[in-house]
Amino acid sequence: MTQQKNGNKTGFFVPEPPARPGERPDFSNIDCSAPGAVPMPAIDCAAQKTHEFAGGLIRVLDDKGHADGPWDPALNMDELVEMLRLMGLTRAYDERMFKLQRQGKMSFYMKSLGEEAVAVAAAKALDDEDMVFPSYRQQGILFARGRDMVDMMCHCISNSRDNLKGRQLPVHYTWKEGSFFSISGNLCTQFPQAVGWAMASAAKGESAIAASWIGDGTTAEGDFHSALTLASVYKAPVILNVVNNQWAISSFAGIAGGDQASFAARGIGYGLPTLRVDGNDALAVYAATKWAAKRARSGHGATLIETVTYRGESHSTSDDPGKYRPMDEWKSWPLGDPLERLKAHLIGLGAWDKKRHEKMLSEQAETVRLAYKEAESFGTLREGPLSPTASIFDDVYVEQPWHIRRQRQDLGV
Amino acid sequence: MAIEILMPALSPTMEEGVLSKWLVDEGDAIVSGDILAEIETDKATMEIESVDEGVIGKILVPAGSQNVKVNQVIAILLEDGETMDDVDEASIGKANPDKVEVKPVTDPVADTQIADSTSVPESNPALTDTIAVELAADTKMTPTTVRDALRDAMAEEMRSDDDVFLMGEEVAEYQGAYKVSREMLDEFGARRVVDTPITEHGFAGLAVGAAFAGLKPIVEFMTFNFAMQAMDHIINSAAKTRYMSGGQMSCPIVFRGPNGAASRVGAQHSQDYAPWYGHVPGLIVIAPYDAADAKGLLKAAIRNPNPVVFLEHELMYGEVFDVPDVDDWVVPIGKALVRREGVDATITAHSRMVGFSLQAAEILAAEGISVEVIDLRTIRPLDEETILSSVRKTNRLVTVEESWGRMGIGAEIAALVTAGAFDYLDAPPKRVHQVEAPLAYAANLEALAMPSPERIAEAVRGACYV
Repeated sequence: MTQQKNGNKTGFFVPEPPARPGERPDFSNIDCSAPGAVPMPAIDCAAQKTHEFAGGLIRVLDDKGHADGPWDPALNMDELVEMLRLMGLTRAYDERMFKLQRQGKMSFYMKSLGEEAVAVAAAKALDDEDMVFPSYRQQGILFARGRDMVDMMCHCISNSRDNLKGRQLPVHYTWKEGSFFSISGNLCTQFPQAVGWAMASAAKGESAIAASWIGDGTTAEGDFHSALTLASVYKAPVILNVVNNQWAISSFAGIAGGDQASFAARGIGYGLPTLRVDGNDALAVYAATKWAAKRARSGHGATLIETVTYRGESHSTSDDPGKYRPMDEWKSWPLGDPLERLKAHLIGLGAWDKKRHEKMLSEQAETVRLAYKEAESFGTLREGPLSPTASIFDDVYVEQPWHIRRQRQDLGV
Repeated sequence: MAIEILMPALSPTMEEGVLSKWLVDEGDAIVSGDILAEIETDKATMEIESVDEGVIGKILVPAGSQNVKVNQVIAILLEDGETMDDVDEASIGKANPDKVEVKPVTDPVADTQIADSTSVPESNPALTDTIAVELAADTKMTPTTVRDALRDAMAEEMRSDDDVFLMGEEVAEYQGAYKVSREMLDEFGARRVVDTPITEHGFAGLAVGAAFAGLKPIVEFMTFNFAMQAMDHIINSAAKTRYMSGGQMSCPIVFRGPNGAASRVGAQHSQDYAPWYGHVPGLIVIAPYDAADAKGLLKAAIRNPNPVVFLEHELMYGEVFDVPDVDDWVVPIGKALVRREGVDATITAHSRMVGFSLQAAEILAAEGISVEVIDLRTIRPLDEETILSSVRKTNRLVTVEESWGRMGIGAEIAALVTAGAFDYLDAPPKRVHQVEAPLAYAANLEALAMPSPERIAEAVRGACYV
């Protein structure tokens, strides 16, 4: 590259995150509104009326776990404890599966540490019939909808009970009974597809809506922009969530343009109302999702929600975050740990205590341990039994055509 | 002699239905055109009209009967002076020289049964078992443009299935860039004929999502050249999701629009994508030539539960061909058509190149060379048996396509023939295709780049060593 001549101010520029390994974590760029400070817009408000929400941050829980403000969903104790339990279970599952991957029990894994509220609270705010088009970090939805943990594990180790028949890499779940769409390895394809699914539901006169999740980095995909256009043009009953967890492997949210304007702000330009939410506040995520679902169900169309959170673990088992971000960065994250914050809220209400919490966590760890043991009874990655080889040509087409059947015969399976 | 009234088929794929209501009683005198009964399937209802006159002698299948097989005898019509005593009831439904067999058309992709893996078939059973649509000699033919045939196919399917809808750029108010959706907005309204923003990638994704929700979208691309942007949704989502989801997710969708070169529209509007889509398991790829196939194959594509890529041709839209004037004209997917029989060489072609090949065959006939022309019709699955049996007869092969040759349809067919009919070949297969440069705009360069009847004839002469 040639040296820039004196006076050349075109300024070639590539953004860098506030801190890299060895540097002090710096989250001064994260704009945090005080809990309770952001009002709730009218359910039929125009996109242009949501400017303040694109910059603010909807929060219900303060640092001590006290709930306040117009977004407090006023859930009962059982509902709150259930959300806590589901977030704990998601974390326990991730923890064990990650370790098992390290021990060679599966090829690949992706944790959702620190982002449990994003999935669990949203799932609880939706109806079970609502179709979800998640990314690979919303396994909490599966727990919230009651998926059998053993089945999830059997998929991750491709054994004889894998409902995906050995065809998808771990974590890329599909669960049709739970209205949980196939996780796509190509980022953002689920966004326009969720819009189309939602429009089809509306065209059929059904009440189910769709919801989809992508990460901050994925907003740079063309699909993000076409999905927002389409959702706005057709007033599709869909909720489009951007989970801003600050990192896309080693490139930070700024590489997708997140430090120039909030991801939430992008919605307004497309004519979509937008909400920016504290993603580590289960009550705020619940309330924002409920608001968007109500808006969609009452015919006012789609909402873009940015959930601001932090990816507590590596992107996947394939990368080492110590090489690209400060090791202890999560500890400095201003929005804390979603599990701890909901725990503090419940304790503050007198509905929970540390002892019960510890007991819950240890029981969940044991549940996961026993589930994995059961999963292995249907086969392990190394020893099998694995997915039956004869099914390798199933589901290429609805019926197996002659040319595919001939290949199966040639293969001798 | 008494006439057997048979359970009719509402569609080529119908095997049985409900006889919901009789509108005549035993003893009623009827004339041709009288409505005899109503039948229905889960998709549609239809009245049975009498084609003969006489007296209803006996109703064999009572109203309300479920699962009545197609071609089952449902009533006896007595001719003048006959009574039921003249009818040998034991022989009803047995071979009857007067009975017209109306065999249902089977779709080889949809209807193939999985055979026992130990019995490797000698030939392709799905294709050899396929019964082509047999038309009565007096079937009325209606001259129709390819454009209108496509429109009629969509409109007929949309009338019979509320889940089918059309979407794309300019398909509604403007009636399509090539007017293929003429009058469809008027008939079906804005819910089922949907204009989209200019984002092939976006609306293809939207349609794929709607298909996952159980609708049956027809996506019109203004040209398949623009569908390059939508490739990810067509291939990574539409074609692969059923497989990746362990069979849980289904994507019944048709992507259609003009493909290949028009007249002087430059490199970015002139590509033939048949080999691109033909490469992908999970997709069905169709490229019809005439109006009858355009209609019959598009109807089959819309009914097919798999994702289908349907490649039309801009320069064929205005061409007029006969289309059978029958209630439900459906052509089976996966079956090639021998457009012209011959003994000296086989030409394979699809879409517009079928016409060029037929012209070449005329030129060659004048020179004493007899050419067999196979219209592939379906690119995936390819009708291998029709190609192989033709080459086993003619011993020579020339493939013709608009796209570039390398890794093309012709390459695939040449490989198929060398593997399956090597001992029958008297000459190496020859390929005719576009030259390997992006297609130029100027007419002289475009003509030089593309196949022509004369160039096809020259390739056949080469294969015949004359």
